[in-house]
Amino acid sequence: MISISHVSKSFGTGAGRTLALDDVSLEVGRGEIFGVVGQSGAGKSTLIRTVNLLERPDAGTITVDGRVVTSLTDRDLRIARQGIGMVFQHFNLLSSRTVRGNVELALEVIGVDGRERRTRAGEILELVGLSAKADAYPAQLSGGQKQRVGIARSLAGRPSVLLSDEATSALDPETTRSILELLKTINRELGLTVLLITHEMDVVKTICDSAALIEHGRIAEQGKLVELISTPGSRLARDLFPLGQVPAGTTGTVVDITFSGGSADRPVIAQLARDHSIDVSILGATIETIAGNQAGRTRLEIPGSPETTAAAISDLRAQGLLVEVV
Amino acid sequence: MNDTSDPKFWSDLVDVLILGTGQTLYMVSVSLLVTIVVGLPLGILLVGTERGGLFASPFGSRTAGRVINRVLDFIVNLGRSIPFIILMIAVIPFTRLVVGTFIGSTAAIVPLSLVAIPFFARMVEIALKEIDPGLTEAANSLGASRWQIVRKVLVPEALPSMLLGLATTVTSIINFSAMVGTVAGGGLGDVAFRYGYQRYSTIHIVAVIIIIFVIVQTLAAIATHFAKKYARTTSETGRLKTVETLELKVADAH
Repeated sequence: MISISHVSKSFGTGAGRTLALDDVSLEVGRGEIFGVVGQSGAGKSTLIRTVNLLERPDAGTITVDGRVVTSLTDRDLRIARQGIGMVFQHFNLLSSRTVRGNVELALEVIGVDGRERRTRAGEILELVGLSAKADAYPAQLSGGQKQRVGIARSLAGRPSVLLSDEATSALDPETTRSILELLKTINRELGLTVLLITHEMDVVKTICDSAALIEHGRIAEQGKLVELISTPGSRLARDLFPLGQVPAGTTGTVVDITFSGGSADRPVIAQLARDHSIDVSILGATIETIAGNQAGRTRLEIPGSPETTAAAISDLRAQGLLVEVV
Repeated sequence: MNDTSDPKFWSDLVDVLILGTGQTLYMVSVSLLVTIVVGLPLGILLVGTERGGLFASPFGSRTAGRVINRVLDFIVNLGRSIPFIILMIAVIPFTRLVVGTFIGSTAAIVPLSLVAIPFFARMVEIALKEIDPGLTEAANSLGASRWQIVRKVLVPEALPSMLLGLATTVTSIINFSAMVGTVAGGGLGDVAFRYGYQRYSTIHIVAVIIIIFVIVQTLAAIATHFAKKYARTTSETGRLKTVETLELKVADAH
């Protein structure tokens, strides 16, 4: 659905030149929710802006829904943009227009006439749960409500793709959850493909099907979450299950065991302690629901001789668990 | 001559004041209209031709944009630096060309507009620069054309600020209109000059000051009322912007 191919972008000239994107390639499948995670300055903002050409890449091509966006004329680009929705971290609503007016703006741009505008705006506001606030002005709304207006506006042109530029970064955790819920609902009911950028791993955990990690303008890792979880050494997977530092004073071997799918409910640790007669200590554990499935990671300290430890580890691996020695 | 016990003095005073006020209002309102019609697009172009602006590369060329920007900026600065009295006299040939004469209230509209246009263009520029650039980004993401962005996003969002800028501009025009009296331009300034200065009538001067004060205050009140009405929000500091705070901003900017 979205195909970013060998895209590079730099800013500035001469000595002050910074490479914001360095040969970035990624694919977002139809109907998927894809999250790009990275620190501030990693390039994710620039990346998402190349998809609707708010930033023009220096090199590379971008294809959205079959159209090669990077080679469109100005007029065709405007039309293409009407099929690509975008929501922003700071909402970017017109303070001079009501909620309804803000949604209708998108329709006016497209050229939809008066009566149909009103009907369509009403429908979308119903979808995002803001019908009651249709005649309010943005100054009278809370952050979550403003973002709903932003989402409503982006849906007006019946887009096939939605771009989210840190849509929840300016919201409190509870509001973030409700907005993410809304995005998930829209994705499911309208079949809308979503590409989002965020610096919060929670967002990825909550709604993403696939993810990519961006660092210094390069994609360090990408893939479907369910696959990443069982990939050893995956940094995304490690960040999805944060277990913190290993406490000082541990004497045994420390291993991280990742459970996913069926293995999450088996009494693996109890069996391990019994079968190998070792006193296993739990140093940390976390279980999350990733892309609809339960998955978790446990950090264990296994005391005893290297032979016992090795036997225990191979036993775990034989059961299909991902075991990494820390 | 200044015999205040003579009833004719007072009826003459009223006649003169009514005529003068009428001429002032005529000069000021027509100049204002011209100022808006020319100054608004001028201000929009001034901001638009800057780097990253909507019209940064008209006809596909950034150089064209830069040239237009420099030229407009120069014209605006020029207009704001020439003292009005000198401007009035310097444009006499131009005034004669446009209006047919350089004397009278209608002729005065020419120099008044010429001084107000750059002033208002700067106000428009300030108002437009206050708009969050994210709004333009959002409009672009919706597929809006440049014209649509100007008409549907920039102007409505800048409206409260522009109204206040307009109020300041009108005050300025009224201010300068008083000076046209010195070259037989008519208006209240003329009344003050002829009766107050040449005939030493303090009463005339006081009357003129009161009338001008009332006009200016009324206009400022109207502008502030509409600015509040269209603002639908308060400024970042939580206080509603007023004509005074806008004037401070102009003083800061230059």
